[in-house]
Amino acid sequence: MQWLYARGLLLPLMLAWVTSVAFADDPKTTAVPAPAPTAVVAAQPAPPTPATPAPPATPPLTAAMANKDHTTADHSRFEALQKDFKSGPEVTEACLTCHTEAAKHVMKTKHWTWEYIDKSGKKLGKKNVINNFCTSAISNEKDCMACHAGYGWQDKHFDFKNEKNVDCLVCHDSTATYRKLPGDAGHPVYERKEFPKDSGKFVEAADLKMIAQLVAKPNRANCGSCHFYGAGGDGTKHGDLDSSLKKPGKYLDVHMDAQGLNFSCTTCHQTDEHKVSGSRYEVTAVMTGNAHTRGAKDDKNPASCQSCHGDKPHQQNPLLMGQLNAHTDKLACQTCHIPEYARGGVGTEKSWDWSTATKMGPEGKPIATKDSAGRRAFDSKKGTFVWDSYLIPEYKWFNGDMNYSARGDKIDPSKTVNINQPEGTAGAADSRIWPFKVHRGKQAYDKEFSYLLNVHTAGEDETALWHNFDWQKAITAGMASAEMPYSGKFDFVSTEMSWPIAHMVAPKGDALACAQCHQAESRLKGIGGVYMPGVDGNKYLDMFGWAAAILALLGVIIHGALRTICVSRKKRGLACQRW
Amino acid sequence: MSAVVNRIYLYKGYERFWHWSQAGLIFFMLFTGFEVHGTYEFWGFKTAVEYHIYAAWALLVLWAFTIFWQFTTGEWRHYIPSLKKVDAMIKYYTYGIFVHAPNPYQKTTDNKHNPLQRLAYLAVLSLMSPLVWGSGLFYLFYGVWQPTWLGGYLPLDVVAFVHTAGAFMFLIFIIAHIYLTTTGHTVFAHIKTMITGWEEIEEEHK
Repeated sequence: MQWLYARGLLLPLMLAWVTSVAFADDPKTTAVPAPAPTAVVAAQPAPPTPATPAPPATPPLTAAMANKDHTTADHSRFEALQKDFKSGPEVTEACLTCHTEAAKHVMKTKHWTWEYIDKSGKKLGKKNVINNFCTSAISNEKDCMACHAGYGWQDKHFDFKNEKNVDCLVCHDSTATYRKLPGDAGHPVYERKEFPKDSGKFVEAADLKMIAQLVAKPNRANCGSCHFYGAGGDGTKHGDLDSSLKKPGKYLDVHMDAQGLNFSCTTCHQTDEHKVSGSRYEVTAVMTGNAHTRGAKDDKNPASCQSCHGDKPHQQNPLLMGQLNAHTDKLACQTCHIPEYARGGVGTEKSWDWSTATKMGPEGKPIATKDSAGRRAFDSKKGTFVWDSYLIPEYKWFNGDMNYSARGDKIDPSKTVNINQPEGTAGAADSRIWPFKVHRGKQAYDKEFSYLLNVHTAGEDETALWHNFDWQKAITAGMASAEMPYSGKFDFVSTEMSWPIAHMVAPKGDALACAQCHQAESRLKGIGGVYMPGVDGNKYLDMFGWAAAILALLGVIIHGALRTICVSRKKRGLACQRW
Repeated sequence: MSAVVNRIYLYKGYERFWHWSQAGLIFFMLFTGFEVHGTYEFWGFKTAVEYHIYAAWALLVLWAFTIFWQFTTGEWRHYIPSLKKVDAMIKYYTYGIFVHAPNPYQKTTDNKHNPLQRLAYLAVLSLMSPLVWGSGLFYLFYGVWQPTWLGGYLPLDVVAFVHTAGAFMFLIFIIAHIYLTTTGHTVFAHIKTMITGWEEIEEEHK
């Protein structure tokens, strides 16, 4: 009896011991083990936004737990990481003691080199191209290289061979407290500082030890810390990438839906040896065939819709003979499935006119104004901006080749300069109709040499445009950095840049309806290369056909009228032959 | 004066079912088809396309049965063209009909169609239908042939052109066809025959 009673007590005690051991790693759950479902839920939420960094005193445990769910290594127990790191390179050094090849991999990627050599041998990449926003990174490295996956690129003397300069944390920070600010040449914040200047807002120093101990696979906020803020502000550059994608609803992106599929960027942009697939410099505009099968040999771009969905993804009544699937020979998936971009409430920049930069306010001082939605409208440093949300893309035939203007390419100032030009042939098998964000603007060019100018904008020195508001000095300095001649004469030319839209994929119910293209007010009006029922048609056939039908109708009416007259004449005893 | 002297059973049950269901489908397909073509908006493009395709399948099934019926019953012989009395029929429709000349042709169970009818229906069967159906099937099966070598040679514009041209021909045929139903001994006599199957044979009193 007594033994049985003792056993009755023993069992719950044993259970309690087992559970406490099972959850012992988790400092929060030593006393009362959290039930399993809570742990699963805790893994779900997207990390907090870097805009409001958590105070370092309370490490964000959710991120750490999420990390532990998927990895066999608890970095907080690694000896190499039990150190009060003073700088980013010190952390990298520690990472490389185990991940011996990681830096070598990163150094081969565009995230490191900012250079890409296209099929024709032309040197592209952020190091060489001009864009339609801040125009060029060269001579502005200290600011721009906040988004370089490295430490210390502040001029052309940066050491691309030093492995310690590779920044592991910008991609692998799971705490959302690691921030790299303009002006620091890619270094994180080592000392608490006010940012933006004179804003009264402060960015805390990064707790490198904690961040290093909690490293994880990249999540949306990691990639987003640069790719959401391209061109220096949330949503500015892409339109289909902005901070609203940190925690999007299903409406905004059916795959990244935080409560649903919750894809990270790398779910599609699969990486191999740190090389991230799906580059804008190597766009896969056309993909045919079935979805990728696990285990099958396949070198197709994984960052494509078709790699998961195949090229016949729509299920319809079989009697309709796959009418929707038949569209995939002309349309990119994105054309119907991203009916509008910039849908997250952040908006995106439609144009940037540099020609009004250096204009001062009424008191002769630089001013900055905002539009009704609080987005930048004018800045004496930068010029005039136009922003908008819920934008309908512009559509172009695209074969994946983007013809970029690199520094020094000749331009025709009498025309709008295409900073980049999507290549493609209307109706061709190697091209599809793609949606684009087209960003328009005005940029400085050399009136004598007819090329776009490299302007030294950022910085605190006397030649920086944003410091002294002198175009001549800024251009002279910028061109000297780029090692290119400048005639001394500049003016502004209209420019335009096209960005293929591939994110913010709407749920299928929000995809384009047929009639949005197949009617007179078609989105694809004038696109060419495809016959669109409801829009196109041979107008001569229509004229001839309707004319013939009307003549036939008139013919039978006249014939019938004559018969009626004859019947009535006959009733009155008159013959019809007489008339 | 004329008087009904005889009644003959001209159109059998299946034939009448075929005629009216085909008539309904053709009207429906013209209506949906011209909406797909962009001539007007009624159901909306998507619905119009789907209805048009469903109707096409229904018509194909109807035709499958009808072709079977035509050959098993020997009714196909009514579509063998004949030039005999064609001139007389043309003269009748352009002149005689106004002066109350007798119809040179009398329908019998062995000869349901007058020579002009035979020619017209033969044109429908051998010219217009292949045009519309051929192009329609190409349209419907676009996803099948477009990726093959044929896709490089046959633009959808051509398919659509032929299909639309065929649609106009059917539209014109229908206008004439409906008008000619009024040329019986009363305005609705022919339609009545097509509904009941019974043709009232009249005889002209001298």
